[in-house]
Amino acid sequence: MNNKDLLNLIDITVSFEGFLALNKLNLNLKKGELRAVIGPNGAGKTTFLDVITGKVKPTNGEVIFKGKSLVGRKEHKIARLGVGRKFQSPRIFENLTVKENLELSVTTPKSPLNLINKNIKDEQLNEIDRLMNIVNLAQKVDSKAGSLSHGQKQWLEIAMLVGQKPDLMLVDEPVAGLTDEETDLTADLLKSLSGENTVVVIDHDMEFIRRLDSNVSVLNQGTVLCEGTMETIQKDKKVIDVYLGRPEE
Amino acid sequence: MSLSKIKFDKKIVLSFWIILIALIIAAPTLLPVFRLNLLGRYLSLSIVALGVDLIWGYTGLLSLGQGIFFALGGYCAAMYLQITSSSEFPNNIPEFFALYGVEKLPFFWEPFRSPFFTFFAIWIIPALVAGLIGFLVFRNRIKGVYFSILTQASLLVFFNFFNGQQKLINGTNGLKTDVTQLFGQMVGSESMQRIFFWITAILVIAAWFFAKWVVKGRFGNILIGIRDDEPRVRFTGYNPVIFKTIIFSIAGGLAGISGALYTVQSGIVSPQFMTVPFSIEMVIWVAVGGRGTLLGAILGAVFINYAKSLVSEALPASWMFIQGGLFILVVTALPEGVLGWIQGDGPRNLLQRYGLKRKIETYPSLEVNNKEGNNE
Repeated sequence: MNNKDLLNLIDITVSFEGFLALNKLNLNLKKGELRAVIGPNGAGKTTFLDVITGKVKPTNGEVIFKGKSLVGRKEHKIARLGVGRKFQSPRIFENLTVKENLELSVTTPKSPLNLINKNIKDEQLNEIDRLMNIVNLAQKVDSKAGSLSHGQKQWLEIAMLVGQKPDLMLVDEPVAGLTDEETDLTADLLKSLSGENTVVVIDHDMEFIRRLDSNVSVLNQGTVLCEGTMETIQKDKKVIDVYLGRPEE
Repeated sequence: MSLSKIKFDKKIVLSFWIILIALIIAAPTLLPVFRLNLLGRYLSLSIVALGVDLIWGYTGLLSLGQGIFFALGGYCAAMYLQITSSSEFPNNIPEFFALYGVEKLPFFWEPFRSPFFTFFAIWIIPALVAGLIGFLVFRNRIKGVYFSILTQASLLVFFNFFNGQQKLINGTNGLKTDVTQLFGQMVGSESMQRIFFWITAILVIAAWFFAKWVVKGRFGNILIGIRDDEPRVRFTGYNPVIFKTIIFSIAGGLAGISGALYTVQSGIVSPQFMTVPFSIEMVIWVAVGGRGTLLGAILGAVFINYAKSLVSEALPASWMFIQGGLFILVVTALPEGVLGWIQGDGPRNLLQRYGLKRKIETYPSLEVNNKEGNNE
């Protein structure tokens, strides 16, 4: 642990009635880093996000974000501290329009008094315009989010995540169900976000992870098996055994 | 499926309101006093229905205990009327106390000597009680069917308490208001009832505009967000507990106003306002009228209750079957309620089915200028 770290997970253990979803997991993230997290099904990838965002309280261990412990804080408090999350399947408000979805994400402060004021700030409207252009949804401003295609929903959720201006973005399987072209665009988008933001991407798609060109952490049975660049981990014998499978002879 | 924010032809809305306002103005001359009084009562019920629509239609909180707040508002109004009209009774306290040998006014009656206090108590007390119950329930993340059961259980607690306290609020007999005096006039008199009708009509419209204002913009969108995906709201940085408490409290306040208006027009408030079927009926009015439409809640409350009185006069004892049938029909055939069906694609689909209107030929995802149209 050092001062440049944005997030430290220290010996995180999560036990669901005896089953160890996470087992003494340690992970450190630097500011501005883009990190991919992969692992076979049941490796604890989503639980790992649940612990950071406050959905699951770890049985043991400590989560330090910007020098503060996150353990025991409510989800919305953690979100306000600067942790944003995109879910595995797109979770957007389907009965609201694209613009209304983004309004809710860029609004600050997120208090009832501020929301009952019917006028949204100009800079927030500009931010919405900017976000809609980034994710190519400018023509869909007033469409119901529920009427968007799967890929557009994924992007709307990413835009909502960016709109929250989080210091740490947790992105769970952003390219599930996307076309190759969309996958490439999403990879570029996430790469452009890192640097200014710290981004953690969870995915199965090896091609996509390779395109991210980032450090990779491999999870297996609730613990970090190996960390390094894509090249390093692809040569790692343990990783090959549990996840990548042996190359065909 | 969209329950709100559907574009509804402005001209239809405008002409509807003109007709409705004209009817309200003309009602006292058109209707006999008995009918006018019934209409006034049903209009006051539409205010509690607006509250149910806010918490259920918009926020997804199915409360089966709105009768608590409705009755509290009614009791506040009745206590004031009883106490101001008790000067000729022994000890200058309401007549019923003598039956139970009570000589001193219970302490919580004292503030109700003031019309000023009563005016605020009618809506603030129910709103505070709702806020308190709501906060405790929402903070513990009780939702869905457990929330409904809990509200119904609270209703029973309140019912049993009010029903058993003869020495405090006349127990099961309730508090009569029709023979009390307000500003020198008998509350049950014809002229007073006409004034109550106007007040009710004005307050229904005011409550409707207030509810519209609440659900407009980002505040209303957060309510819809809580209804559709509460964890997402949380991870976006909003605290759903606060929003749910506020809207539940607003619905409680509306129920209180509704209960007070209903009490002065029906002449009595009693623990019968807190029976289980009555609170469920409130939900049925909104379900039939159309969840998340606000106007549907008003129309549902007025029309169903009017139908109830007409049917009950013609065919006594058959109303429960009709009401049950209506509820089943709406749940199965019109899940968005009558107004929700009209505002949605309902009429167009019906016309298309019988070949009276051409089908739309475009496929939603094949829009022009849509680069991502080939995703699915």
